[in-house]
Amino acid sequence: MTVPLTTRIAKHFAELRATGELGIVAYITAGDPTLHATCDYALALAEAGADVIELGVPFSDPLADGPTIQRASERALKSGTTLAGVLALVRQIRQSSQVPLVLFSYFNPILQMGLERFAAAAAEAGADGVLVTDLTPEESAEYRRILQAHHLDTIFLAAPTSTDERLVKIAACSSGFLYVISRTGVTGAKDALPDDLPALLRRARSFTQLPIAVGFGISLPGHVSVLGGLADAAVVGSALVSEIEKAASPEAAATALRARVRALKEAARRGLSRREATP
Amino acid sequence: MTRPSGSVPIPSRCTILVQPMSTQLTIPATTPGRFGPYGGRYVPETLMVPLFELERVYELAKADPAFQARLQDLLKNFAGRPTPLQFAARLTAKLGGPRIYLKREDLLHTGAHKINNAIGQGLLAVKMGKPRIIAETGAGQHGVASATVAAHLGLQCTVYMGTEDMARQALNVARMRMLGAEVIGVESGSRTLKDAINEAMRDWVTNVRTSHYLLGSVLGAHPYPTMVRDFQAVIGREARAQILEAEKRLPTHLYACVGGGSNSIGLFYEFLKDADVKLVGIEAGGRGNGLGEHAARLAAHQGFTGARPGVLQGTYTYVLQNEDGQIAATHSISAGLDYPAVGPEHAWLADQHRAEYAAVSDQAALEAAQLLSRTEGIIPALESAHAIAGLIERLPQFKPSDLVILNLSGRGDKDMDTYTRLLGKLT
Repeated sequence: MTVPLTTRIAKHFAELRATGELGIVAYITAGDPTLHATCDYALALAEAGADVIELGVPFSDPLADGPTIQRASERALKSGTTLAGVLALVRQIRQSSQVPLVLFSYFNPILQMGLERFAAAAAEAGADGVLVTDLTPEESAEYRRILQAHHLDTIFLAAPTSTDERLVKIAACSSGFLYVISRTGVTGAKDALPDDLPALLRRARSFTQLPIAVGFGISLPGHVSVLGGLADAAVVGSALVSEIEKAASPEAAATALRARVRALKEAARRGLSRREATP
Repeated sequence: MTRPSGSVPIPSRCTILVQPMSTQLTIPATTPGRFGPYGGRYVPETLMVPLFELERVYELAKADPAFQARLQDLLKNFAGRPTPLQFAARLTAKLGGPRIYLKREDLLHTGAHKINNAIGQGLLAVKMGKPRIIAETGAGQHGVASATVAAHLGLQCTVYMGTEDMARQALNVARMRMLGAEVIGVESGSRTLKDAINEAMRDWVTNVRTSHYLLGSVLGAHPYPTMVRDFQAVIGREARAQILEAEKRLPTHLYACVGGGSNSIGLFYEFLKDADVKLVGIEAGGRGNGLGEHAARLAAHQGFTGARPGVLQGTYTYVLQNEDGQIAATHSISAGLDYPAVGPEHAWLADQHRAEYAAVSDQAALEAAQLLSRTEGIIPALESAHAIAGLIERLPQFKPSDLVILNLSGRGDKDMDTYTRLLGKLT
């Protein structure tokens, strides 16, 4: 599948590759605790240097998520967040920022809006790509056809259990970037990265030229500094959602998010300088 | 019976705005794991290879004489198959309608049909070299069956159960623990079967290399709906032979309750080719028609609102949901029927009008349970009592020559707390 170099995601990853710096993909759940707050948070993340922002569409049954994002989804649904509301949020963010925006959803809310209606509205609002947690290449033909027609990147997940054959298929269906799950399990911050992660990333790399973002369990600057050279970006989600959950006010949350992303970006740059020092 | 299909919106009595059905997927009916457009495999990537592996091992096991011999041996000597097909003489006389036979799955070891599937999948776990099984349970019958099979085969077992269900099915929780299973209460969502499945899938996605997910109904991603049906189809195979021997003719109607739909599809499957046999599935009508008050996914014709095709927990089927695609809360007095989606094969049988579905209320099920207890000396599970209530509600439609097989899917010991609490309110 050809990657149109004109998408914000592709363009941004090309720039990152030119510098050799690891990108930071920042996930937050849209509508947690309100859509208005999410807009502020997204702009704060972008200002602090997040390279891509993933907006989670809350779902009642988030079976791929750990407790942190489960609670965020509950808060977002409680405040009345809908997929249509998330698309309005995208439009609002887009008025102030050109940061690449990816919608991260379960399939059912998109299916109920209707694939065509969703894709048209998402593209029109200014979204750049879509990742559906419970949709694999096998079930996605109609979805990919429709999203591609609207010039939306289709990002698929690769997992430690994916065979070589599947990695090829997943990469072929993906555009923008390939999202590699670091470990078997649900989303959530962990202390250490799995030992077999470098091998998984090298295996994925051998099958695709697409940028590779690695996620699940990444929260600390130390995680980020070891990923340089193995991946193009690290996805940080539950750690950011935790900051939102424990902050005393929306302002405090925005400040904490900025600090988190700055620390991660700093680690990414340190990782870069270390690589340059030790070729 | 009218069913929603194509462009016909579901009649709605509440304020939920029903989307046009343009969201329906266009998928050829011939794809493996599909029943018409329903079914499929909507799971996180991590589970795809394990699902392929399960499908492969299951296909091998179907043709493996040693596996089949072991399965038959356990079904016969451990579970107690074949189960009787009992003529319900006093119930038949009392109702004054069709001749009624009961397929006595309640007499199986552990007290319900769930053991048929648990034995099959337990043997597959052994064949795959997985030392641990994970199960979800609503009424607790599948949890007990899984814990039982795990103990018998020497496997570790973890069962997820909503805390709401743990409270109302306390006996089964005690049985699972006695059998050595770890029972983990689930506090999320509505704290019922749906939430237990979410938590079981989270465990599976984390421990997928060492654990088999022993899903208890014809739900979830392919191959589960097909595989669980095949393990339960023994019910209909036996019943067909038994009724031909007893009555020298096929039944006119089959009745079974439908939660996820494993006991009903187990009874129906062998009769699908017998076009004159009417298949009737009875869902939980709960305490009202509004979204959140019932678990009737295929009974929009009775005014039950909120069911549309969608994706939940791995499969595309009728799902109770709001207009934004968020899954709805459900209510049923019966923990085993309290679930917002239905097995994808039932969705297809409903669309094709090969089976018909209707829902009965909590109250009707309670009354039916008491009636069966006093006419036949059988205390049924609340789930099975729904099937009896469904038959009673349709008595005016029967001819005296009609012949019914009703699947008595489980026994009522687990429901004694509910019966004791609510029987006083019965007339």
